[in-house]
Amino acid sequence: MDCYTANWNPLGDSAFYRKYELYSMDWDLKEDLRDCLVAAAPYGGPIALLRNPWRKEKAASVRPVLEIYSASGMPLATLMWKSGPVVSLGWSAEEELLCVQEDGVVLVYGLHGDFRRHFSMGNEVLQNRVLDARIFHTEFGSGVAILTGAHRFTLSANVSDLKLRRMPEVPGLQGAPSCWTTLCRDRVAHILLAVGPDLYLLDHAACSPVTLPGLAAGVSSFLQMAVSFTSRHLAVFTDTGYIWMGTASFKEKLCEFNCNIRAPPKQMVWCSRPRSKERAVVVAWERRLMVVGDAPESIQYKQLTIQVLLDRLVLRRLYPLAIQICEYLRLPEVQGVSRILAHWACYKVQQKDVSDEDVARAINQKLGDTPGVSYSDIAARAYGCGRTELAIKLLEYEPRSGEQVPLLLKMKRSKLALSKAIESGDTDLGEQGLVFTVLLHLKNELNRGDFFMTLRNQPMALSLYRQFCKHQELETLKDLYNQDDNHQELGSFHIRASYTTEEHVEGRVAALQKAAEAFNKAKNDFAAKATEDQMRLLRLQRCLEDELGGRFLDLSVHDTVTTLILGGQNKRAEQVARDFRIPDKRLWWLKLTALADLEDWEELEKFSKSKKSPIGYLPFVEICMKQHNKYEAKKYASRVGPEQKVKALLLVGDVAQAADVAIEHRNEAEMSLVLSHCTGATDGVTADKIQRARAQAQKK
Amino acid sequence: MAFPHRPDAPELPDFSMLKRLARDQLIYLLEQLPGKKDLFIEADLMSPLDRIANVSILKQHEVDKLYKVENKPALSSSEQLCFLVRPRIKNMRYIANLVNADKLAGRTRKYKVIFSPQKFYACEMVLEEEGIYGDVSCDEWAFSLLPLDVDLLSMELPEFFRDYFLEGDQRWINTVAQALHLLSTLYGPFPNCYGIGRCAKMSHELWKKLEEEEDGESKGRRPEIGHVFLLDRDVDFVTALCSQVVYEGLVDDTFRIKCGSVDFGPEVTSSDKSLKVLLNAKDKVFSEIRNEHFSNVFSFLSQKARNLQAQYDRRRGMDIKQMKNFVSQELKGLKQEHRLLSLHIGACESIMKKKTKQDFQELIKTEHALLEGFDIRESTGYIEEHIDRQVSPIESLRLMCLLSITENGLIPKDYRSLKTQYLQSYGPEHLLTFSNLRRAGLLTEQAPGDTLTAVESKVSKLVTDKAAGKITDAFSSLAKRSNFRAISKKLNLIPRVDGEYDLKVPRDMAYVFSGAYVPLSCRIIEQVLERRGWQGLDEVVRLLNCSELAFTDMSKEDKASTESLRVILVVFLGGCTFSEISALRFLGREKGCRFIFLTTAVTNSARLMEAMSEVKA
Repeated sequence: MDCYTANWNPLGDSAFYRKYELYSMDWDLKEDLRDCLVAAAPYGGPIALLRNPWRKEKAASVRPVLEIYSASGMPLATLMWKSGPVVSLGWSAEEELLCVQEDGVVLVYGLHGDFRRHFSMGNEVLQNRVLDARIFHTEFGSGVAILTGAHRFTLSANVSDLKLRRMPEVPGLQGAPSCWTTLCRDRVAHILLAVGPDLYLLDHAACSPVTLPGLAAGVSSFLQMAVSFTSRHLAVFTDTGYIWMGTASFKEKLCEFNCNIRAPPKQMVWCSRPRSKERAVVVAWERRLMVVGDAPESIQYKQLTIQVLLDRLVLRRLYPLAIQICEYLRLPEVQGVSRILAHWACYKVQQKDVSDEDVARAINQKLGDTPGVSYSDIAARAYGCGRTELAIKLLEYEPRSGEQVPLLLKMKRSKLALSKAIESGDTDLGEQGLVFTVLLHLKNELNRGDFFMTLRNQPMALSLYRQFCKHQELETLKDLYNQDDNHQELGSFHIRASYTTEEHVEGRVAALQKAAEAFNKAKNDFAAKATEDQMRLLRLQRCLEDELGGRFLDLSVHDTVTTLILGGQNKRAEQVARDFRIPDKRLWWLKLTALADLEDWEELEKFSKSKKSPIGYLPFVEICMKQHNKYEAKKYASRVGPEQKVKALLLVGDVAQAADVAIEHRNEAEMSLVLSHCTGATDGVTADKIQRARAQAQKK
Repeated sequence: MAFPHRPDAPELPDFSMLKRLARDQLIYLLEQLPGKKDLFIEADLMSPLDRIANVSILKQHEVDKLYKVENKPALSSSEQLCFLVRPRIKNMRYIANLVNADKLAGRTRKYKVIFSPQKFYACEMVLEEEGIYGDVSCDEWAFSLLPLDVDLLSMELPEFFRDYFLEGDQRWINTVAQALHLLSTLYGPFPNCYGIGRCAKMSHELWKKLEEEEDGESKGRRPEIGHVFLLDRDVDFVTALCSQVVYEGLVDDTFRIKCGSVDFGPEVTSSDKSLKVLLNAKDKVFSEIRNEHFSNVFSFLSQKARNLQAQYDRRRGMDIKQMKNFVSQELKGLKQEHRLLSLHIGACESIMKKKTKQDFQELIKTEHALLEGFDIRESTGYIEEHIDRQVSPIESLRLMCLLSITENGLIPKDYRSLKTQYLQSYGPEHLLTFSNLRRAGLLTEQAPGDTLTAVESKVSKLVTDKAAGKITDAFSSLAKRSNFRAISKKLNLIPRVDGEYDLKVPRDMAYVFSGAYVPLSCRIIEQVLERRGWQGLDEVVRLLNCSELAFTDMSKEDKASTESLRVILVVFLGGCTFSEISALRFLGREKGCRFIFLTTAVTNSARLMEAMSEVKA
């Protein structure tokens, strides 16, 4: 039995560990790792070394060298570092190497040392330089956190969707924090930092102090901290040689240990084996390594899925092997063979010694219309290698026109992009985001005239853009109408301006003047005339306000005249009615209503006798009754013509007489009407009378 | 009376699941912003939100204070602000102003914008232009179907009508397709699908696309809904423009039903308070009168009141034990019924005061004359007087539109003079209203060729339909014509009545308009369902200007049970009226099937006209 356990060493009371060599590293390192920046990718991915990162001499012999090895030390790439000084290296989850320079520029390389892209961490970082940087992983991707020379933090939680966040200031922070780390909580990246005996948690809005539950007393400084890969656990190392391990939520302590070593450790990391329930922290000093374990607790690990395995093979350009695996596992084409082929194609377009035609043909021959292959992705790669013509050739093979758009835009083929975006219209009715995107590109790219001309040929894009302008860019809208010679809409535009944007009467009249001109050009006589009338009305209302006081502006013609009558300005009212050609009928209704409102019965009677009423006299009865003046109403009821006599009599409540008239007219409808009004106690006689008359009529 | 369903009527699917889904999704979104936060809600979303998650649910998920999104500075002191808004540019400006004011004051807070039912690219762009795109996080609350009743789903998007039919904005089509997709995921697949109108066609195509992308999910499931019918509002403007006379429609026209509930003012409640009342199938009194012609409602309610009194009166002869039973078991129900009865009686009285006056009678008479196409001069005169007397800008406009659509546009002289009169009465800004109405096809001028309409209709009486079709083709100008008169004749929309139409025992859907007119939209649906497609309706489709836009999509699989084949989902794009709902409920009872209504919003003539009106800010 001894031989099985002999190489196992105790770790704490209940756990054991052993050490054995899996394989030896193939590399041949001449220099000490101490002078290098080192970064190992997660999940046994590649290792990057940068030698002499801080050398600034120009001499080629001492220039920094970037080397990339596989996890077992096989050399993958070596290149001279010709950019600025590098502060930190790290691998993204997609096995891209991120090199953070002192000036805040991050250069991105593939695992074969191929340069992919670069981005900047912002002006503030550029000005204050990078003091320290970390590459970290969240469930959304890989991020970069920077500590600047001004002791402020800037981070981007996902380098493939770059959004820079500048963290708030830490109150009282004079120098660099003694240690710090990124920490993902509630799906948001935070920074945890130590300043003397205090810990702070930073998010993009606030800086809040943090206390660790059950932390031993006497700590005056934190020397190291480590967050587990899953962001669930935290370990800190203090100046008293004490290690605290707990949850990253700061709610629970899992374990503590005092190692009595006060020297600051070089490194501290969490480690654990798949499916193991034990987790441990490994602390490293110059010549000492220590493993601190904690009580078992269940946690979940994600395995390296088959997809990730295939990705890794592809990254290592082992395409045939990857395809064989796919076929052996009978993976669906989309997830398997097509994807590998697409990757192969992306590699193929980088072969610069082959002509555009040959590459495009080779790719199309092999891929055909394999489902799940995106020609636009491959084209994007070709463009990335500077092969625009090849990219356009490849895009021709892309069946979904909408997919062609983003790349066409990138390549500044915006007009082509617009027609492709619209072509995709029936499939991407969606919310027309695509067309919109292209429009804005075009708008920035072309001068106004060309832009409008382009729009003119694309009615759907034009209407979309008009919508946008209506809310956001009124002036542009006007220019658009002008360009289109759309005088009708231009007129409407000025009309709207006359009561929304213009405040003074002069401005409003001027806007209306422009509207009238536009309507004239549009041959819309009606609108032009109405607009001219409105200009006259506004001027008149302005005069009336000056002369008589009170509010006239913005009243309709009708209300203007009514207001004048109500103010006793009958002469002026007549004048306005004439000037604006108010028809007789309207004028009578208007005067009648206004005079009744004033309860000026005398004037009303005079008016009623001024000439024969064009609206008859029933309205007089109605309006008087509305004002509850039965006495006046009766006067007019007698003047109502025979056709409406019954109605008038019913209105003034004279049911009996109404019945007489109806019977006299021998009108069935009128009789029913009267009958329906026979509701009072005294109406019984009247009702009988009508019934008799009806019976008689029927006999005949 | 009181419209019971036929005993063999199928069960309706349970739509309460939609509410639960919406609520869970909202809670999930709120929890994406952990900790206390203030919630800013757009006014239009308040009522729908209230039907999904009340204040206490919001509080449970750490919503501290609630604010309305309005043009006022917000006084929130919270560190986290959450905005629940429709995807409108003006909302983006509001948020941008708030965030930028914070920035000026050196204040950092967390901001989250939740778009409902979806975000639009233009909104994000405005956020970007205002320089706050990086400061806010955006999410979507895909809440697009609010069950207002057991058979009524509303998208609560009244702006759909103006956006699509006036501005030509197609963005909401995606929302419609998503909503249909959700329904078919939950209650589908739908074996038979029909539709008419451009928007219907586009929505259908996009929806099919969504189904293809995610196929497999609903396969093998038994459909719960046998037929889906999509209809654009512009296929039938006439029905939506008519005054409503069934109770629910009349309540909507008079008091405005908002999101399934109505505010009854003091004149109805006969107290000094207003009362918010939910109107749906759960209200026992309302559910018996909602579909009734108004002339029956009052007598029904008074009968009901007498019955109620009789039930109360039973107490008199009771011994103690019976009394105990009565109090514990019946009294509560009776009191509830009593409360509802007095409310609806109050509402009736209030409506009668407003509507049974001479004016209303004349108005209805004019509408019927327009629908039937006689005494056009007299009706035109009536409308002119209506305008001259400034009765109501919206009503005047409605009548003008009704005249225009039924007559294929106004004759040039009337077009000019009515518009002039209108501007004199209600203000010159309505010049823009007229421009809108013309664009939407609601108020147009007869093209010179159209004056031949009279001749044409005479000709069509003489020659065969086919020949008449050709002649009409020759006459039709480039402008779309409503052809209402010809359609009405084809589909028999004006019933011939011998004697009085008995509104108590309706014999067809025309009862919702006092027996004078069968709603065109409902007739089309009836015909297509009967024929299971558009066969034989070519001429109608052509007259509706929808030759390319009427479609049928039947699936081959025949897993649908006979039960489900009698459940029909009708989708109104641009809104439907309560009259149409009542008419189809009637049709369902006649045919032993049930209709479910999905509408972008419940609408009526006033809402349509307001959507087209330019109002001074």
